[in-house]
Amino acid sequence: MRHTISVLVENKFGVLSRVSGLFSGRGYNIESLSVGETIDPQISIMTIVTAGDDQIIEQITKQLNKLIDVIKVIDFMEVAHVEREMVLVKIAPRKEDKAEVLRLAEIFRGRIVDSGPKTFTIEVTGDEKKIEAFVELMKGYGVKEFARTGKVAMAREGVKK
Amino acid sequence: MKKSGAEILIECLKREGVKHIFGYPGGVVLNIFDTLHDEKDIKLILTRHEQGAVHAADGYARASGKVGVALVTSGPGATNTVTGIANASMDSIPIVVFSGQVPTMLIGNDAFQEADIVGITRPCTKYNFLVKDAADLARTVREAFYIASTGRPGPVLIDLPKDVTAGKSEFIWPQQVNIRSYNPTYEGNKWALKQAADEIARAKKPVIMAGGGVIISGASKELKELAEFVNAPVTMTLMGLGGFPGTNRLSMGMLGMHGTYYANMAVQNADLLIGIGVRFDDRVTGKVGSFAPHAKIIHIDIDPTSIRKNVRVDVPVVGDVKLALREILKLLKEDAKKQRSETGKAWLEQIGRWKKERPLTYKYDKNIIKPEFVVEKIYELTKGEAIICTEVGQNQMWAAQFYKYDKPRKWLSSGGLGTMGYGFPAAIGAQIACPNDLVIDIAGDGSIQMNIQELATAVINKLPIKVAILNNGYLGMVRQWQELFFKERYSHTHLESGNPDFVKVAEAYGAVGLRATKPEEVEPVIKEALKVKNRPVFMDFVVDWKEKVYPMVPAGASIDEMIFDEEKEEKKEKKLKAVK
Repeated sequence: MRHTISVLVENKFGVLSRVSGLFSGRGYNIESLSVGETIDPQISIMTIVTAGDDQIIEQITKQLNKLIDVIKVIDFMEVAHVEREMVLVKIAPRKEDKAEVLRLAEIFRGRIVDSGPKTFTIEVTGDEKKIEAFVELMKGYGVKEFARTGKVAMAREGVKK
Repeated sequence: MKKSGAEILIECLKREGVKHIFGYPGGVVLNIFDTLHDEKDIKLILTRHEQGAVHAADGYARASGKVGVALVTSGPGATNTVTGIANASMDSIPIVVFSGQVPTMLIGNDAFQEADIVGITRPCTKYNFLVKDAADLARTVREAFYIASTGRPGPVLIDLPKDVTAGKSEFIWPQQVNIRSYNPTYEGNKWALKQAADEIARAKKPVIMAGGGVIISGASKELKELAEFVNAPVTMTLMGLGGFPGTNRLSMGMLGMHGTYYANMAVQNADLLIGIGVRFDDRVTGKVGSFAPHAKIIHIDIDPTSIRKNVRVDVPVVGDVKLALREILKLLKEDAKKQRSETGKAWLEQIGRWKKERPLTYKYDKNIIKPEFVVEKIYELTKGEAIICTEVGQNQMWAAQFYKYDKPRKWLSSGGLGTMGYGFPAAIGAQIACPNDLVIDIAGDGSIQMNIQELATAVINKLPIKVAILNNGYLGMVRQWQELFFKERYSHTHLESGNPDFVKVAEAYGAVGLRATKPEEVEPVIKEALKVKNRPVFMDFVVDWKEKVYPMVPAGASIDEMIFDEEKEEKKEKKLKAVK
């Protein structure tokens, strides 16, 4: 089962290594990871996507909580939430495909963030399924470069799962 | 007035109540050693290897309950501490290790004697720090001692770049430690404790399984009270020996791979297993799927990650063992003064039968020294009051089986990591912490050679440590496995031809060397050793090399599938048949 876990940590050097070491040291895999400062510059938030059975996830959340620099752990499996990730795709379509690519970008509410004589760079934000669908479509049009963020997540207000 | 980083460090150590540091000097810690030169309140014990320093700090902590301290230089000095740190980490021992580091501006430059010790020790410390500014030093030391000694204790490392100890800063001692992300749970959940008490009151065949957590939290009194109140038999893990009196009628000794027959049988037939300050290590559970198959499991531990890590748990209690036991006792007493002593009677009788059926034993031989006999004699002649340290292997298991520990902090053994070479330096730490106690290291001829250089430390400090070398000329435990499971192919376990004359080694260092080669010499040698009060003694007991540790649960088997000495031949035949 895949879980999205947010971890509030002290914004200090070495903390990322402690968290990632916890996973690697136990043979657990991190599927995606995003880290950023919060509004409080002393605190960072990490959003980790990982997979495992209930016992593994229980160990992961307990071990995370045990780390001295970890302030709070939220497993979004237990909470109604929104998830977003972003992808940048640089694409070099044939002349006759250009209009189609732009149309597809529009359908996915993508934005053209750069365009040159040969390429477009399209930014798309959304949940995992949307990103995957978009990437799949673009594959037919000559993807030159590709960059994807990890997931970030946030609980919905007042909705219990 | 500003102080140097080194002065601040020493001042901090004084405020933490540190009296002894185990250490080894080097280039980047010269400022600290220079400050220590005039220091009256703190004594540095110079070991002969950094691994020895950390094990000594560990032994000091185990014997005294205080935080042990080690101080080493950068690079190789620091990397030499890793085994000691990992050892303390596995056994939850509070130590603080100070390592020197190259000056901050050189960090990452592959400078001379540079090692990323914070990176290297990250997985084997409870926490570690790199101090970048002398102004942070006092707070860091305070936090390090706090983290090391609270919650589930463990080793903490502080890396000190040379410019930090040389630099100057105001000394401000933080009155409080406040780490917002570190708040160990001491009070167990009320509801869970109630559940636990109910299960205990209801159980017909309860077994208490006590671990190192009982000793760490100082809960021996509460444990004894609980066991006697509910009339429940108690087994101990290797780390828990001494947490409950080994001579008590309810004690079943150790369980697990080399545990007693009756302890393992009791666990496998119990209807309730009360795990107290344990982590259900694989050496204890054997095959997890068939561990305690009929029992509900109550698990009390301060570390939530221990719970449900290895075995299923019906009633988890996260909290300090001592507080939890007090609460459970209170609930049992006020609520149901159930006739536990009555319901427990049949169960205790059953355990009594198992005890009679297969007691912990060995065959005495009048021609050759049996290692168990040596341990038994040591027990007898020290009246069970010595602090026993062990190395790792057969010596450790025999010391666990044939010496009975009635009090906590009298048994110092590398449980989790299984570190050969632990016992002797740990004995040095223990003897420094408890100068009036009798400290004995039960060793093997393999293990003792892993830190034999510490003889110099023991001699120079006039420590009357007794080392009993159960000398069988082999890496005995590995040899035992080779005999039983690898068709007697003794690949690289024979040491005898390369072994030194241990008596001469002792004498060369200025210690006393004694030897016994016949059973009748064992007692006089021990008596002679016990007379020596001002230096260490090596007792070289030339023992039967064929002797094995029994009972034994083969790896991957359930703990009631034990093999015994007399069954050896039979089993072998069975195995051969199975192979055919």
